[in-house]
Amino acid sequence: MSLTDPAPREIAAQAIDLHKTYGKGAAEVRALDGVSLDLYAGQFTAIMGPSGSGKSTLMHCLAALDKPTSGEVVVGGRKLGRLRDRRLTALRRDKIGFVFQAFNLVPTLTAQENILLPLSLARRKPEKGWFDQVIDTVGLRPRLDHKPSELSGGQQQRVACARALVSRPDIVFADEPTGNLDSTSAAQVLDFLRHSVDDLGQTIVMVSHDPVAASYCDRVIFLADGRIVDELAKPSREQILAHMADLQSRAMGLAPIGEDA
Amino acid sequence: MLRLTLRNLAAHKVRLLMSTLAIVLGVAFLAGVLTFSHGLDRTFSGIINGSTPDAQVRPANSTTATEDAARPGGGSEAMLRPEAIERLRTLPEVARADGVVQGAGLYVLDTEDKLVSSSGAPTLAFNHTGSPNLLGEPMLELDLGSWPKTEKELVLDGATAEKAGYEVGDAVTLIAPQGETRRKATLTGIAAFNGGGTAGAQLLVFSTAGAQELFTEGKDVYAAVSLTAAPGVSQKELVEAANTVVPDGFEAVTGDKVVAESEDAIGDFLDVISVFLIVFAVIAVIVGAFIIVNTFSILIAQRSRQLALLRALGASRRQVTVSVLFEALVMALIAATIGVLAGWGLAHGLAAVFRQAGLEIASDVLDLTPRTIGISYAVGVFVTLAAALLPSRRAAKVPPVAAMREDTQPPARSTVLRTSVGLVLLAVGLVLAAMPRIGIPEISLPGGFEVPTSPALWVGVGAGVSILSVAWISAFLGRPVLAALRTVSGLVFGMTGKLAGQNAMRDPRRTGATASALMIGLALVSLIGVLAASMNASISDVVEEEFKPDLIVQSPTFTPFPTSIGDEMEKVEGVATVSRSQVAQAVIGKVDLQNPKKNEPAFLFGVDEDMPRIYDLDVLEGSDDVKPGQVLITEEAAKEHKWQLGERIDLTFRSGRQLHPQISGIIAKTQVTGDITVRIEDLVEAKVPREDASLSILLTPGADPAVVHERLDKLVADRPVVAVQDKDEFAESIKGQVNQLLYMIYGLLALAIVIAVIGIVNTLGLSVIERTREIGLLRAIGLSRGQLRRMITLESVTIAVLGAVLGLALGVLFGVLLRDALREDLTSLRVPLDQLAVFMAIAVVVGVLAALLPAIRAGREDVLKAIASE
Repeated sequence: MSLTDPAPREIAAQAIDLHKTYGKGAAEVRALDGVSLDLYAGQFTAIMGPSGSGKSTLMHCLAALDKPTSGEVVVGGRKLGRLRDRRLTALRRDKIGFVFQAFNLVPTLTAQENILLPLSLARRKPEKGWFDQVIDTVGLRPRLDHKPSELSGGQQQRVACARALVSRPDIVFADEPTGNLDSTSAAQVLDFLRHSVDDLGQTIVMVSHDPVAASYCDRVIFLADGRIVDELAKPSREQILAHMADLQSRAMGLAPIGEDA
Repeated sequence: MLRLTLRNLAAHKVRLLMSTLAIVLGVAFLAGVLTFSHGLDRTFSGIINGSTPDAQVRPANSTTATEDAARPGGGSEAMLRPEAIERLRTLPEVARADGVVQGAGLYVLDTEDKLVSSSGAPTLAFNHTGSPNLLGEPMLELDLGSWPKTEKELVLDGATAEKAGYEVGDAVTLIAPQGETRRKATLTGIAAFNGGGTAGAQLLVFSTAGAQELFTEGKDVYAAVSLTAAPGVSQKELVEAANTVVPDGFEAVTGDKVVAESEDAIGDFLDVISVFLIVFAVIAVIVGAFIIVNTFSILIAQRSRQLALLRALGASRRQVTVSVLFEALVMALIAATIGVLAGWGLAHGLAAVFRQAGLEIASDVLDLTPRTIGISYAVGVFVTLAAALLPSRRAAKVPPVAAMREDTQPPARSTVLRTSVGLVLLAVGLVLAAMPRIGIPEISLPGGFEVPTSPALWVGVGAGVSILSVAWISAFLGRPVLAALRTVSGLVFGMTGKLAGQNAMRDPRRTGATASALMIGLALVSLIGVLAASMNASISDVVEEEFKPDLIVQSPTFTPFPTSIGDEMEKVEGVATVSRSQVAQAVIGKVDLQNPKKNEPAFLFGVDEDMPRIYDLDVLEGSDDVKPGQVLITEEAAKEHKWQLGERIDLTFRSGRQLHPQISGIIAKTQVTGDITVRIEDLVEAKVPREDASLSILLTPGADPAVVHERLDKLVADRPVVAVQDKDEFAESIKGQVNQLLYMIYGLLALAIVIAVIGIVNTLGLSVIERTREIGLLRAIGLSRGQLRRMITLESVTIAVLGAVLGLALGVLFGVLLRDALREDLTSLRVPLDQLAVFMAIAVVVGVLAALLPAIRAGREDVLKAIASE
């Protein structure tokens, strides 16, 4: 893949010729079919594509949640392929942050406890200054003692974002973080993610099929049928929509029955 | 609807198995106990029927002859002469008349010269006559070898021969009650009762001459006669004919009557065992019911969306309820079937345990009777359906709209009503249990019913009501305990501990119900523990207070022994006084010839002049210095018989002799002697054969107790019938018996705890399924597999400790109250803190064990699948 930014950047995570297949024989499904990708530190990257394009599988492999059938993933300079479960867990806890589409929080813990969960699981103390900075950026200071059931959906996602950032991970993976939110809440969450890249120097990779969400990003990667088909740098919403439509029609052309995503 | 129910069952086989396991165990225990009691019953009735002749001639006013002989001090003096038997034999109605010679006080020593323990069942020593039983079969079956022919030969039962290590042809060492006490006889064969087995009794079969040498000083006399009817003669005709020639003091009775008397006598004993075991089966079933309620509640909560969909598609509430109940019915039938089969196995296990204890039960009588199967199925189905009823009604209340809701958790139901009702019930239970302290009202209820006055009964009912109430509102009562446990585990184990504590508090009702199963078991265990510890403390107190001699000599089985032992001990250096006591039986008051059943003999103690000097009896009236012709009675006996000091009482002995001693003293109840105490000289006069029940020994001043103890031990070394004990050894020997019973009860209650463990496994397993997504999230953000396992284990331990805290609190409370109600016998209270600590530790272990499977399962769960689920 060609670099869109000529200035050399530090690589936060790397995928090298990833393949992921499910099933065997006639029922074989190729979720990833030779994906190679460098993700740069300090960037907000979006991975887009229609349903079944493999974007979630790619993210799960990059985030050490799933193992590729072949190929190599490198996160923070470390190859994941040979790591045992214990090391992978520690890696997820210390080097990676997560934001999921829903069910992000442990219902029995308060917002603050949820945010500090990765640290307390590692029996580490939060850095006071960093914690305050994250909390203020996320704007949830008055709600820290509330249980998730007492927070709105947008607030819950912001708590989840704060949790992903609090351990200063090398990279944060967000899986459709605004998928379940109304547009106002979604905008708050995306603003927050943008801020954490610009002001806090974080690295974020987000899977989405929402062009509005992707328009917040520095770089958008398009996936179809398990391959990277294109990418855009700092695109506008219109550019993304045009690209999506293009991909859609190409997919329609290849497979007349069509995908309705 | 039906098909859907069956699909549901088939879809969750493992879950179903776990749910049914609780009821399987309950039913298995019940079926096992019923089968076992039935087998016990059949074993005994088989032996009784198989060893009773058509008719028996025996001393008048007695019950079964064999039983008399086995009782301590029950030896009858009246004997039948050979001429009397000859007269019977000439009667045309009589086909056979065989003289019976039998006696007590005979012991078998094994090849290492140790007493072969008899474990409570009697030692039956008698002559072999070959007379048939009332079915016309031989009474004894020879398994091996031949019957004894000479005086120096004998036949044993298989179990005794095996225990002692003897084979046919070996010389068996015997301890005889009289004459040459230690003798040898050659084992010529192995025999059993007709139908097999001896139910633990030791059989020692001799030739007639051999038995007479042992029991009648070699005289040709007989204790009883077995009569066999001539063909066509009924038992009644046989008895009528025999009674015309039976000598004075004897009577002929039908075999049927003897059987009825024997079954009566053994029936009480068997009933005690059966009731004892059934109580534990009922406890197991109740605990199982708790788990069924809980499992169904959880399953329905998890299925609420599916149930709501059914409702939305038009299923009526009734259909939903019926569908859940039908699911329960299928479960119950499967569980009961497995349970009955497992129960059959359990009965064989129980029989093996009893066989170890010496009570032989033939395994071919351990059949599943239609009654046992019927009861087991009925209980299994009823309990399961009753337990599923509430959850099924709750299932019907799931609104159709729930199908569309994101959140499948049913809204928290108000627990105010439940908690209030539970608290009121708990208060009622506590008041009931405290009634003996407050004072039991003496009011008669309409219809002639009277308020029961037994304090123990009040405490028992109160305890039952309270324990069930606490189980009912465990969610409410458990909250502070759970909060405390959460804090502790959070402090010790950090975030994993805190998460575990939070999870346990998430659904307090579920946690409470799961913990309740364990609570019931531990409440009973600790209650029994308090009683047993109090009993041991009371024994120590009594022994401390009443054990005055330096040493005591008695038989571990409380059987009498020859006086020669005491005679020899008197000669031992360092022994100053040997005080004898003997136990005898006599009918108290006027003998009622019309109604022989009323003449139930009572035990009385014979003592010598040293007894009142050695022991410090609490004299209420008169003096404890009982002289020949006088009698010492306890306060209780005075009250029961309305006796006054100075009055003469009537005692009638087996020999027919009577004594009329004068009451010379009234004493408080004591363990030293019985209700009625006379001098040994009087017993001799009443022709009670002289033997000792215990010896109290005082040492000469300055003698070293340890040295004298050793000398006496050496003296009785070849007489394993008796043991020399000092104060501590004496106390320990009694406590040993209490502890034996205690461990047996613990063993039976262990089943309730096993069922409770299954309950925890079940709840945790279902909770893990419910929280799949949450677990996935935790794993994704850095919870290691080990931490996950620890979290689930800590949740399990929290549940178990909650059950233990509630159970131990209730158990100790009611143990204390029950001890108080029984304070006349249990004079001191002791709460066994060490045991309670062990129970608490067991609860923690139970928690860890219960978490094993769910934790492994949760750890194996694929992180991604957990997140992606739904």
